[in-house]
Amino acid sequence: MEIPLLAWQGLVILAVFGITLLIATYSTYAERVVAAFLQDRVGPDRAGPFGLLQPLADAVKLFTKEEFFPSGANRWLFVFGPCLAMTTALMASAVIPFGNTLIFGDGTEIRLQAIEVNIGMLYVFGVVSLGVYGIMIGGWASNNKFSLLGAVRAAAQAVSYELAMGMALIALLMVTGTLSLREITLQQYNGLWNIVYQPLGFIIFCVCAFAETNRTPFDLPECETELVGGYHTEYSSMKMGLYLFAEYINVFVASAVMSTLYFGGFSFPGEHWVYNTLTQSQGELFAHNVVTILGTVTIFAKIFFFIFFFMWVRWTLPRFRYDQLMRLGWTMLFPIAILNILVTGACILFFGAKDPKIEAAKKPQTTETRTVVRG
Amino acid sequence: MQLTNRSKHLEKKPMTLAERAYLPAILTGMGITLKHFFSKKATIRYPEELRPMSPTFRGLHVLKRDEVGRERCTACGLCAVACPAEAITMVAGERKKGEEGLYREEKYAVSYEINMLRCIFCGLCEEACPKAAIYLQADKMAPPRFERDEFTYGKDRLVEPVDPSARSKRGIQLTPEQAEALARRMAGME
Repeated sequence: MEIPLLAWQGLVILAVFGITLLIATYSTYAERVVAAFLQDRVGPDRAGPFGLLQPLADAVKLFTKEEFFPSGANRWLFVFGPCLAMTTALMASAVIPFGNTLIFGDGTEIRLQAIEVNIGMLYVFGVVSLGVYGIMIGGWASNNKFSLLGAVRAAAQAVSYELAMGMALIALLMVTGTLSLREITLQQYNGLWNIVYQPLGFIIFCVCAFAETNRTPFDLPECETELVGGYHTEYSSMKMGLYLFAEYINVFVASAVMSTLYFGGFSFPGEHWVYNTLTQSQGELFAHNVVTILGTVTIFAKIFFFIFFFMWVRWTLPRFRYDQLMRLGWTMLFPIAILNILVTGACILFFGAKDPKIEAAKKPQTTETRTVVRG
Repeated sequence: MQLTNRSKHLEKKPMTLAERAYLPAILTGMGITLKHFFSKKATIRYPEELRPMSPTFRGLHVLKRDEVGRERCTACGLCAVACPAEAITMVAGERKKGEEGLYREEKYAVSYEINMLRCIFCGLCEEACPKAAIYLQADKMAPPRFERDEFTYGKDRLVEPVDPSARSKRGIQLTPEQAEALARRMAGME
C-alpha cells in the first residue's frame, strides 16, 4: 500500500515540475503575444501554427549562442548565479496545491500537490527570498559595474518589499489561522474568498509580488535605460536563458500563491452544488473526483489570469524611479500594511473570526493582543 | 517679461487623495491598454497578406504582347533614353523572314534588360513608349533575392506569357482600341 502511494506522489511531483517548466516556457511566448496585442500588433506567428513553436526556436537560439565569460569574472560564481536563481524559482512551486485529492476505487487518496507542509506559506516566502541571491551572485561575479548596481538594486528592493509583503501576509494569517496553503484553500470552500476579508492586504501583496519578481514597474535591477541589462549584462547563451526563465517561473509561482491565498485556490463557485448533484446520481467517489478535477482547472484558470495580469501591467506602466520605488515601499506600503494588521485585528475582535474553530482557538490570544494594544 | 498674451496661468494644485493613491490612474491606464488588446491589429502579415495598392501603382515591368501574341517592342530605345536611372539596356535586331508571328515590327529587341536595383519605378519608360509595349504592373513587385545579378531582368522574365490566362490579372490590360488611342496620344505629344 505504501509503495504505490509513494509512486503516485512522485508522479505528482514530476507533473508539478513539468507543468511549472511548461508554463514558464509558454509565458515567454505569451508575454510577446500579449505585448504585441496591447500595442496593436500580432506578435510572433512564424514558428509553427500561431507561432506556438517560438519558445522552442528561442531555446535553440539561446543554446547555440557563445558561452561568454567576462575577464576578471569569478567563473564559479558566474555559473552558480543563474543556477541558484533557477533552482530557487523551481522549488517554490512544490507546496502549491493544484487541486484537492483524487480517490481511487481501492481507497488510495492522492493529493494534487507535490508536498504538503504546515508551513507552506513560510516555505514559499523563504525560497522566493533566496532567489535574490541568484541575482546578487550573478551581478557580483560579472566583474561589471552595471551588473553590480543591478544586483545591489535587486537586493535593496527585495528587502524593502518583503517587509510589506510579510506584513500583508500576517493580516491574512490572522484571518485564516494557518500557514498551510492547502488548509487556506479548504477554508475558502464556503464561497467567501479571502479577498473579501483582505482587499487591502491583497493590493499590498500584489504590489510586493510585482517587486519580488522584478517585473515592471519594479524592474529596476535590469533597467535597460540606466544599467544596460542590469545584473545579466554580461550573461549570454543559456545562462542568460536561465535568468529569464527564472523570472517567468517566479511570475507563475506568484500568480499561484496569489490565487491560492486570496482567490480561493482550487475552490470555485458552486462546487457544493456540483458535489451534491453528482453524489445523488453517480456516488460520492465520482463526485469528489469530478470536483477535484474541476478545481484543478479552476486554479489554472486563475493562475493564467494572474500571469496575464502581470503582463498586462508590464505593458501598461512605466518603470519607477529608484527613489520613488523606495518611498513607495517604506513610506506607503509598509505603514498601510501595519494599519491593515491593526484593522484586521480589530475586526476579528468585534465581529469574530471567519471560522468558529479558529475563533475558539484564538480566544486567549486575542484578549492578550487587546491588552497590548491598550497598553 | 510677457512676450505674448497667449501664455496660460497654471495653478499648481496639490494632488487629491485619489491622485496620490496612484491606483485609480493605473486602472485607467490598464483600461486603455485592454481596449487596445481587443482592437484591430495594424500588422499586415506580408507574404500571405498584401497591403491594398492603388490601381495605378507602379510595380514590376512587363513587356506586352499585342492581340495576336506578337511582342510589341520595336527596340527604339526611347524608354532607355527616358529612364532617369539608366536602368534599361537593349540590343536591337532585324526581324527575319518567318518571324512575323513573333514580332510585331520589323525591328525587335534581341535582348532587353532592366536592372531592378537601379530602377526607381518612376514610369517614364511607360510614358515614353510609342508602341505601348512596356508597362509597370500594379500588382507585382520585384521580389527580394540573394544575388545582385538576379536583379537584372532579361526578356525571359519581362515579356508576358503568350497564354493570356497566365498573364497578370490586375496589370494594365488595354484593349486594342485603347492601346491604339494611347499610342496616338503619345505620338501627338512628341
